[in-house]
Amino acid sequence: MHNNTIAPRDAEWREQLRKAMTAKQRTAIPRVKMPELDPAYRITCNDEVNQGISAEQAVTEATRCLDCPDPQCVTGCPVGINIPGFVKNIQRGEPLTAAAVLKETSALPAVCGRVCPQEKQCESRCIYHKMGKEPVAIGYLERFAADFAAMAPENDWQSPAAVPVKAKIAVVGSGPAGLSFAGDMAKRGYAVTVYEALHEIGGVLKYGIPEFRLPNSIVDKEIDSLRRLGVEFVNDIVIGKTLTYDQLVAAGFKGVFVASGAGLPRFMGIPGENLIGVMSSNEYLTRVNLMGAGRPGWDTPVKKGHRVAVVGGGNTAMDSVRTALRMGADEAYIIYRRSEAEMPARVEEVHHAKQEGVKFMCLYNPVEYKGDEKGCVTTAVLERMELGEPDASGRRSPVPTGEYVELPVDEVIVSVGVSPNPLIPNSLSGEGLNVSRKGTIEVGDNMESSIPMLFAGGDIVRGGATVILAMGDGRKAAQAMAEKLEV
Amino acid sequence: MNKIVEKEHFSENVVKLVVEAPLIAASRRPGHFVIVRCGEHGERIPLTIADSDTARGTITLVIQAIGDSTRKICALEAGDFLTDVVGPLGKATDIQKFGTVVCCGGGVGVAPLLPIIKAMKQAGNRVVSVLAARTADLIILEPQVREHSDEVIIMTDDGSAGTKGLVTNGVESVINREKVDMVVTIGPAIMMKFVSLLTKKYEVPTVASLNTIMVDGTGMCGACRVTVGGKTKFVCVDGPEFDAHEVDFDEMIMRLRAYN
Repeated sequence: MHNNTIAPRDAEWREQLRKAMTAKQRTAIPRVKMPELDPAYRITCNDEVNQGISAEQAVTEATRCLDCPDPQCVTGCPVGINIPGFVKNIQRGEPLTAAAVLKETSALPAVCGRVCPQEKQCESRCIYHKMGKEPVAIGYLERFAADFAAMAPENDWQSPAAVPVKAKIAVVGSGPAGLSFAGDMAKRGYAVTVYEALHEIGGVLKYGIPEFRLPNSIVDKEIDSLRRLGVEFVNDIVIGKTLTYDQLVAAGFKGVFVASGAGLPRFMGIPGENLIGVMSSNEYLTRVNLMGAGRPGWDTPVKKGHRVAVVGGGNTAMDSVRTALRMGADEAYIIYRRSEAEMPARVEEVHHAKQEGVKFMCLYNPVEYKGDEKGCVTTAVLERMELGEPDASGRRSPVPTGEYVELPVDEVIVSVGVSPNPLIPNSLSGEGLNVSRKGTIEVGDNMESSIPMLFAGGDIVRGGATVILAMGDGRKAAQAMAEKLEV
Repeated sequence: MNKIVEKEHFSENVVKLVVEAPLIAASRRPGHFVIVRCGEHGERIPLTIADSDTARGTITLVIQAIGDSTRKICALEAGDFLTDVVGPLGKATDIQKFGTVVCCGGGVGVAPLLPIIKAMKQAGNRVVSVLAARTADLIILEPQVREHSDEVIIMTDDGSAGTKGLVTNGVESVINREKVDMVVTIGPAIMMKFVSLLTKKYEVPTVASLNTIMVDGTGMCGACRVTVGGKTKFVCVDGPEFDAHEVDFDEMIMRLRAYN
C-alpha cells in the first residue's frame, strides 16, 4: 500500500516519531472536540457550524495516532488516502506536506474533511475502538491540513499548472465523481474538459450541501486547484442535448466519463403532494444554495415556511430542515418512518439539528397533505408506524398502525431519495448503453459501460450515495481508463 | 455569456431577442426550450425557442415582461449579454404527417408555435393556424405564421382584428367545417385548458406545450411537476408537450401561482 507516496511509513522521521512516545502515553490523550458555533447564533445565519481545530489541537490529535504497521483506517477510505502519512506530517509540524499527501489520492480534501461520514469509514476501523476509546479524529485532521494549505501561497505546496500532453478526455458533470476523475486524469497528463449543465461548477457540492456545512468558497478553492492542474471547465452545456456523445467522439475525445448525478427527486405519490408549499429537497436546497433565494439582491424566490415538515432521515433531510430554521421557520420537524436508530443521516448532523431545535417525529409517515382554497398546504396527515422485521436494507422495517395524527404545516420538503438523471441514459439508449431497470448506467468492475471508452460513476451508477463513494468511482474510472489508453 | 444581436419590440411588453448560441442553434428542434439567466444573481427562466439560424449561430426568443426577471431580460438591448443560455431542453415536438393540423396560439405562445407550424407544414400537413389575443396590437408574428400556414384565423377579444371571440371559437369553427386530425396549442394555461376541453368534446387528439415554473430545467428539482393521466410528470424532461386531454390544468394553474 502507498508505494508512491511522499510520506512512506519507513521514512526516518516517521520512525523517530513512533519511538518518541509510548502507545500508553498516546492513548491517554483525549480526542479533540470540534469547536462549533453556538446553536442560538448559528440558526440566524449561514456561517459554517464546525469552526475547525487549531494548529495546536491538530498536533495533539495527530499524536494520538499509533501509526499502526497495518493501518485499517486506510482500508475504510473509498479513495485509499495514506492516512497515517498525512496525520504524522501534521504531528511533525508539516501541514503543507500533509495536504500534499492528501492530494495524492483525493481531489477534494477540504470537502471530504467536512462531509465524509468518517465515523462509518476510516474512523470506524481505527485501532482505538479495540481499546474502547474514541478513534483518532481523522476527518478533523484532514480538514485542518486542507484548510491550512488553502491559506498558504499556492506555490508552497501545489504542483505548477500541468501541460496536458496526452489524449483529450471529456467529463459529464462537475460533482464529486467528475472532479475526482478530472483531477486524477489531469495528473496523468490528459487534457480534461469537464462539461456542466448548471451555471456553477461543483454539482451537489454547490446546489445541495448548504453553506453552513460546506462553504462554497471551499469548493471553489478545490476547483481552482484542479484548474491549475490543467482541467478545463465549461458550464451551461448539457451533454446529450447541447452536444451529443457522438459529437464528443467526433471532436477527438478518446474517453468520456459520465458523472451526471442523481437528478430526479422522488416523491411518495400520496394525495396533496402537488399542493403549493410541498417541494423536493432538491428544489428547496437549489433555490437557497445555488440560486441565493432569501438573500437580498438575488432574484430567485423561495417560500419561507413558519411550520416546516421535512420528510426523510438522510443527510439531505437534515440539510433541508436546518436550512428551514435559518430561513426563519418557527417550528421545523423531521418526519421519519423508522426510529432514530435506523436513520441514514450522519450522527453529527442529527446532533446538530437537535441542538438547533429541530423536532424529530420518528415512526411517522405522511399519507396525505391537505390545503386551503388557494392550493397552499396546511396540514400533513401522518400515520404512526411501528418497527417490524428487518427489510432488504437490513434495517427494521416500518409497519403502519392505522393511527393518524394531523400536523399543521405551511411547507413540506420531501427528502425521500432521488433517481438517476435520465438525460444521458435517454440520449444514449440508441447507441447500445446498458441501463438498469432503475435507470442507472450499468458498468463493469472498471467502471466502463457497455459502450467502449464510455465510463460512468457516482450517483448515475449508484442511484444515490455519498460524496466520497462518488469520488472513489471517479478515481477507479480514471485508473482503468488510463490503463486502457496506455496499452 | 450570450450576446444579443438583435432586438425587436412586438408590443410594449413583448420583446423578440436574437441571441448568439451556436451549439443550441445547431441542435434544437421544434418544441425545445432553453433556460436563461440574466445577471449573476438572476433567476433561471425557461423560454421556448421560437426560431434558430444555424448559419448565424443564433436562436430567437420571445419574452413577455410579466415579472421582475422577464422585465430585466426585456430591458436588454442588442449588444448586451445574457449571463447564461442553456439547452436545448425538453423533448422535441412529435412531427409527422397527421393530415389537417390546427395550431392555436395565444399571446406570446405564438412564438414557440411558429417552429411547429413550419415543421408540420414541411411534413406535408394541411396547417390551419388560429392566433388569438386580447386586441389587435398583441397579435404577434402574423406574417411569418401566414407564410407557413394554409390558412390563418385571427381572433381578438375586442374584435379589433380578425373575428371577435376567443381562440376556442376559432378552433371550433374549423372542427365544424372539416376533419381535423391534430391540434397543437400553446398559450396561457387557462387558454390551453379550454382548447383541451373543446377538442376533447370533439375527440380530436391535442398536444399542449406547458409553461410551468422551473429552476434547473434538467429534471433535478421537480418544481415543474404536473399531473398527466393521474401520474406526476416533470415538464422539463417528460415534456414540455403532453396529451392535453390528460393534463390536470386546474392543478397546473394553481401551481403557477406559487410565488404570486
